[in-house]
Amino acid sequence: MDIPDGTKMTGAQALIKALEKERVEVIFGLPGGCILPAYDPLLESSIRHVLVRHEQGAGHMAEGYAHVTGRPGVAMVTSGPAATNLVTPLMDAYMDSIPMVGITGQVGTTAIGTDAFQECDTVGITRSVTKHNELVMAGDDLPLAIRQAFHIASTGRPGPTLVDIPKDVLQNEMTWHWPSDDELIDSLPGYRPIGKGHPRMIKEAAKLILESERPIIYAGGGILKARAADALRELAEMTDIRVVTTLMARGAFPDDHPLCLGMPGMHGNATAVTSMQKSDLLIALGARFDDRITGKVSAFAPEAKVIHVDIDPAEQGKVRRPDVPIVGDCRLVIEEIIIAIRDLLASGVVQADSSEWKSRISGWQEQFPFAYDAAEPGDALKPQYCLEKLRDAAPEGTIVSSGVGQHQMWASQFWNFTEPYTWVNSGGLGTMGFSIPAAIGAKIGRPDRTVWAVDGDGCFQMTAQELVTATTERIPIKVALLNNSYLGMVRQWQEMFYEERYSEVYLSTEVPDYVKWAESMGCVAIRVESPEEVEPAIEKANSINDRSVVVEFRVDAREKVFPMVPAGQSNDDVLLHPSQDSCRWALS
Amino acid sequence: MSVGAVMTAITPTTEVHHHILSVLVQNRPGVLARVAGLFARRGYNIFSLAVAPAEEEGMSRITIAVDVESTPLEQIVKQLFKLIEVIKISELDPRRSVERELLLATVRIAADERSQVLELVNIFEGKILAVGSDALTVSLEGHPDKLNDFEALLGGYGIVEMQRTGRVALPKLDQQSRLRTMVTPGSSPAEKGKVS
Repeated sequence: MDIPDGTKMTGAQALIKALEKERVEVIFGLPGGCILPAYDPLLESSIRHVLVRHEQGAGHMAEGYAHVTGRPGVAMVTSGPAATNLVTPLMDAYMDSIPMVGITGQVGTTAIGTDAFQECDTVGITRSVTKHNELVMAGDDLPLAIRQAFHIASTGRPGPTLVDIPKDVLQNEMTWHWPSDDELIDSLPGYRPIGKGHPRMIKEAAKLILESERPIIYAGGGILKARAADALRELAEMTDIRVVTTLMARGAFPDDHPLCLGMPGMHGNATAVTSMQKSDLLIALGARFDDRITGKVSAFAPEAKVIHVDIDPAEQGKVRRPDVPIVGDCRLVIEEIIIAIRDLLASGVVQADSSEWKSRISGWQEQFPFAYDAAEPGDALKPQYCLEKLRDAAPEGTIVSSGVGQHQMWASQFWNFTEPYTWVNSGGLGTMGFSIPAAIGAKIGRPDRTVWAVDGDGCFQMTAQELVTATTERIPIKVALLNNSYLGMVRQWQEMFYEERYSEVYLSTEVPDYVKWAESMGCVAIRVESPEEVEPAIEKANSINDRSVVVEFRVDAREKVFPMVPAGQSNDDVLLHPSQDSCRWALS
Repeated sequence: MSVGAVMTAITPTTEVHHHILSVLVQNRPGVLARVAGLFARRGYNIFSLAVAPAEEEGMSRITIAVDVESTPLEQIVKQLFKLIEVIKISELDPRRSVERELLLATVRIAADERSQVLELVNIFEGKILAVGSDALTVSLEGHPDKLNDFEALLGGYGIVEMQRTGRVALPKLDQQSRLRTMVTPGSSPAEKGKVS
């Protein structure tokens, strides 16, 4: 596969060779006019191509693949409308720090700027939704541009990059040269991601951790990006500190671990929310103090000092000014903090007593588990019940992807995540329709795993056509469609905050017929309407591995996600499930 | 006009309300759009902007004057740092840097006012670049505040057209710690320039 320097080839051949050199296994894409030359050498390549039905699907598949493998996902599409269809996944990946490389065709170099057919200013449009992007104007520059794109996407704080390639650059002859590591680094003098933390800050952090009487580890998605789950566990266990895992960090610390408090935030559990709120030290590891976590920032964790570990210097002080800022790779920094704590303990420093804090937390855990009202006979199915049954029947190592809305929150709340990289969702951007294409990408990345896409009916209608891709490409996924005939989360807000004035949230109970639709796309489809059908349907779905399965659960539209911190309000004012409200004094 | 006003004008009093960022970038297509886009996205108005090649080949220096409080500025600087083509950012304290700008103006003047304008140009140490029957084109190089005063005084005569370059700035040499480089924890610009 090594090609001698100076070999003549077309830009298209060089592109595919460069992707092979980057050890790309799979490209998610859809050809068209300007990217067409690249699709010819693809026929001889070792790289698998997955032909999607919409370019947005290609982007989310690339993200799903990256989520579960940690390696950049690749989406290749043509110019103009294809490139604009890729904007949503690029932004999604940017918000959630997902390594992804987008490759777009562009009109020929002489046609650029003439409003040519399917021309758009792709680098201009994607500038603010990528970590970096580049328009390659000469074939000889292609290998370096691809190397840079992969290097930038996958190092430091990961993110999406995009390489825009004019058609004639793909068609014309170029001279091959694969840049060395040094050439790569030298070509990016302004890009030097930071690895290790500042030694003085590490010591300071260790000191604060041992002094704290009410510490909480606030673990974010950076733990997963840095492959720091083991280090996190070691830190938590050696210090006996409770851990909350944000929506982006579900699975970074096992839910069944005695120190795990689960998800904090707007729909987090009351214990996770309140323990952050009452803590005297937040140890933020790869987390970014998102508004869905903090609630009203000025009222967030008012007594807490903050240690903030993040590889991105711009996260330090963006929302909350840290007492100890540490810029660095989460895994390296946690390992350094562990050593610093050991040194302090060895020198005779004694960790502060936090037994009262721990017993308060245990009390909250007992009093405030996730709660929902069981269905009365004749009632519609409860979505939470369906998810509990799905969770209990899931084969070990099952990967769950989710769309955005109520079903996403319930999935995060009711699933039991025991290992990293088993939760794939759109956290920052909140992209409806994410789950099905992301599940397909995840299944390609981890073909050995069962992949369940938990979806809502609103989301399903946005990207369901990718189930055709799943069928034709033989990528069997499973979809749990929680159909309540509403845009459920919006409905919940209208019920709670707009006096039940429902505006444009009802979809339909009649159409589409999800069973027929799923079957027409080559899936096995099952409709579930009563509680006794739930387990047999899930069992059947889990037993089918040669094609995709869609299980439609007709669920109760009145069901709301609790707890809830209303947008912009203090986490002190978390709304509990009505059955727990009489005990809320215990949280103060 | 009083002599006092002129005296004030040629010894400018710098009011510190703006920040000057000197941003060293790789000179590549789109880099200015990236930099400007960051300011636009956060709703900050760029007060003036000057871009030209820097001393090192392939590099440009962008001088940005922006009216903004310190806290959001820190966030902007950190975001700027994240741009791949940005090599170094220095915030120049107006009290500790030299700032210069160039102004060109064409002024319409009646014959009886001509000598007054010439005197004004002379006092400000400007230059006459072109003379017409009823107009003059003048240039003035100097501190932006000086240019402001000159512009105000010239305005009394009717400016037909005017162009200013936007300020450029370098740290003063006669002060210690003349260069206040924005340092973010663990990522000083110096480190950014090093191979890790």
